[in-house]
Amino acid sequence: MSSGGGGARLNVVPTVTVLAVIKARLIGATKGHQLLKKKSDALTMQFRSILKKIVQTKEQMGETMRASAFALTEAKYSAGENIKHVVFENVDQAVLKVRTKQDNVAGVKLPRFEQFSEPGEGKNDLTGLARGGQQIQLCRGAFVKSVELLVELASLQTSFLTLDEAIKTTNRRVNALENVVKPKLENTIQYIKGELDELEREEFFRLKKVQGNKKKQLQRQLAEAAAAVAVAVAAEAGKSAADGANHVADPYRFGGQQEAEEDGDIMF
Amino acid sequence: MAAAAAGGRSEEGALIAMIADEDTITGFLLAGVGHKDFRRKTNFLVVDSKTSTRTIEDTFKEFTSREDIAIVLISQFVANMIRFAIDSYRKPVPAILEIPSKEHPYDPSQDSILSRVKHLFQADTGSAVRF
Repeated sequence: MSSGGGGARLNVVPTVTVLAVIKARLIGATKGHQLLKKKSDALTMQFRSILKKIVQTKEQMGETMRASAFALTEAKYSAGENIKHVVFENVDQAVLKVRTKQDNVAGVKLPRFEQFSEPGEGKNDLTGLARGGQQIQLCRGAFVKSVELLVELASLQTSFLTLDEAIKTTNRRVNALENVVKPKLENTIQYIKGELDELEREEFFRLKKVQGNKKKQLQRQLAEAAAAVAVAVAAEAGKSAADGANHVADPYRFGGQQEAEEDGDIMF
Repeated sequence: MAAAAAGGRSEEGALIAMIADEDTITGFLLAGVGHKDFRRKTNFLVVDSKTSTRTIEDTFKEFTSREDIAIVLISQFVANMIRFAIDSYRKPVPAILEIPSKEHPYDPSQDSILSRVKHLFQADTGSAVRF
């Protein structure tokens, strides 16, 4: 019926107050949309750089792990095959640990791992003291390096997953605002405007009608008054004519009656 | 959720868990990541030809649900045995890392994360936004 009925709209009463409220909401939605879009762009930028780093680090990891495996083979060769039993026996408290920190990118918290060594000597420090100690220490160094790289990779990977999730959520919100909320508000505004215009036209028409009625009435009154005057004039003329002929008739009675009638008419 | 967990971890530091072959684990133990808690529970699982897939899967689930573990290292050939469990794992912490082992060179195409990365890269070059 109305001009704004194109799409989905909010179910509201079309008044000026509601129009103002909806307009404010549309402004808010537009602003939010802009901000979320900026956030999404910032996250995507970060995401791209992390992607690149992940691929590089993964490739690097392959090499580092190969070097570590080689160092271990060397250690085994010089310290004997049963070195692993000693190592397995010596496991107690972890010396190499990671702590988590948080980075903040556009309001998204990214966990970041940081590797650190617990103070104090590990039991493995004395492993291979009798045989092949140097190779074992070299091997250990190689594996510590691998752990460093792996921890870095873990941070990147975790950031990757968190960012992926955050970007998805943000984009979903951006799309929802752009494709659902904003059109709905715009449709509502259009609908209210249409309804208000319609009301205004009705009101105008009504006023015109009232004015027309008033005009008609006025004309009728004028016509009646004119007629009354004409009658009075005619009566006057008749009376004066009769006056001349008939002196006996009471002149005031008839005239008074006529006047009273005229008064009533005018008052109406 | 991640924030609360990280808050608890940052005090004393979190562990790195491992599911791999014997050699790889020996190396990492030598580096000092091994840990035994008061129940003599370790943070690593040695996988050989006799280890059943079920044991690996249970251990993986245990490691990923433990509060004191931040990173789980898993050999790629082991990861391939429980690929479905890894693919369905979605949490950012603990992070799952697939590592190469001595007998099994690293194959990037099999890595769960890397395949997603590649997928995204291809999508990115194809169309501007695809999420």
